[in-house]
Amino acid sequence: MDAHSQALGGAARSSANEWLGRRLPWLKAALFLVCLLPLARAAWLLAAGEPTNPIEFITRSTGTWTLVMLLATLAVSPLRRATGWGQLLRLRRLLGLFAFFYASLHFTTYFWLDQFFDWAAIARDIVKRPFVTLGFAAFCLMLPLALTSTDAAMRRLKRRWGQLHALVYPLAVLAVLHYAWLVKKDLSQPLAYGAVLFVLLAERALRRWLASRRA
Amino acid sequence: MLIRHPDEIAPSEITPRELYLDRRRFLALGAAGALLSADALAALTARKSVYSTAEKANSLKDITGYNNFYEFGTDKADPAAYAGAFRPRPWTVTVDGEVMRPRTFSLDELMKLAPLEERVYRLRCVEGWSMVIPWIGFPLSALLKQVQPTSRGKYVAFETVMRPNEMPGQRSRVLAWPYREGLRIDEAMHPLAILAVGLYGDVLPNQNGAPIRLVVPWKYGFKSIKSIVRIRLVEKPPATSWNLATPNEYGFYSNVNPAVDHPRWSQARERRIGEFFKRDTLPFNGYGSQVAQLYRGMDLKANF
Repeated sequence: MDAHSQALGGAARSSANEWLGRRLPWLKAALFLVCLLPLARAAWLLAAGEPTNPIEFITRSTGTWTLVMLLATLAVSPLRRATGWGQLLRLRRLLGLFAFFYASLHFTTYFWLDQFFDWAAIARDIVKRPFVTLGFAAFCLMLPLALTSTDAAMRRLKRRWGQLHALVYPLAVLAVLHYAWLVKKDLSQPLAYGAVLFVLLAERALRRWLASRRA
Repeated sequence: MLIRHPDEIAPSEITPRELYLDRRRFLALGAAGALLSADALAALTARKSVYSTAEKANSLKDITGYNNFYEFGTDKADPAAYAGAFRPRPWTVTVDGEVMRPRTFSLDELMKLAPLEERVYRLRCVEGWSMVIPWIGFPLSALLKQVQPTSRGKYVAFETVMRPNEMPGQRSRVLAWPYREGLRIDEAMHPLAILAVGLYGDVLPNQNGAPIRLVVPWKYGFKSIKSIVRIRLVEKPPATSWNLATPNEYGFYSNVNPAVDHPRWSQARERRIGEFFKRDTLPFNGYGSQVAQLYRGMDLKANF
């Protein structure tokens, strides 16, 4: 690529990025609505009496969308680096909080609808059932991230904010393992989520390795 | 002059449900209001049975829309979605192995072996949910008596049809196809063990194991093998599909037992489809007074 076309590419990139920046409030609002679509769909199907096993359906649906939102959150940085659109970063918190939102619904479904506040049974499950243990651990790791998602917390924590939010990597791994451990035999779905997560984590590992070699 | 008796209409010549539903749709389109009632077209008649539970049966929608039948896919909506191309007629079942009179039965012959009975049974899935299903069928013992097992016929091995063209799930290797199941001979001869050919007054829908399947109500659902083409009497416990797949999770007996957990989840309670609160799971799925004596002296934790 010669210098001229490189400059043109850079110009296109930055103008797209500027456009994103100008439209950010609209983009955020649109993304907010898109992230609510899975919930709307689930509510619609439930109201129509569609699922035969409604509690299983809500559990599966909220679990699935937690994973999707988590992976979408983790995809923001690689996408930003690939496109050069720095403004994308300003959509990441919204996605992360939606991951927490669906995880909260998932956990609530479990202890309310599925177990109906049978705390003894829930405690037994968390101790005895590895897939519940992993899911519960992943949810616990999400809590501090959600609580420190505000601008004020970011300012107060400074460098430690980034260190704290690196927890998203192990918790995403736990979330995928949680899914894989509960399926009866057909691992194709959890493997698909695992593959996407692997790519997203590998991109980061590779980039760090390259940076360390340059230094 | 030979006058054919109406009884001689072969059961399999009676229009299958899908066809008459299509015809009804056609009629409804052609002449709105001329729709015939489903009852008038019910394909099977069956006598009541003392083995039926008085519990409320699940709806046809529940029973035909929420199935574990991995031959059609691993999602519980897959069988209803993908079983339409399956052809359950014509059909034969070969019964051989340690028997005096090995034989291949046509579906019509099977349906005439014994009077059809309605058996309203509880079904408990190993996953922790349950239903009540009004099966139509006849005792498995009626078939086994026809072939006369020898003294070496100590177990009964069952096999599902292998048709990857019609059963998309068989094209993936999620289980070792064809699906296999087995019973001990005394379990197989028990009056509660039936071969079902219908449900809700009709022939079996494809997604429920058409045209003929096993129903063993005191065991987890996966023991009740569907779309059977072969039954073999054997001397040793036969290999079974889920046991081959995960031996530590699915034993040969797989009797419903709230005291023996699945390694990954509890079996103490279950959710009856259609109910909000979970209910306690009963030993032998509530059939203990009839079947517990089959296992007297056995360690049910070791023989799970």
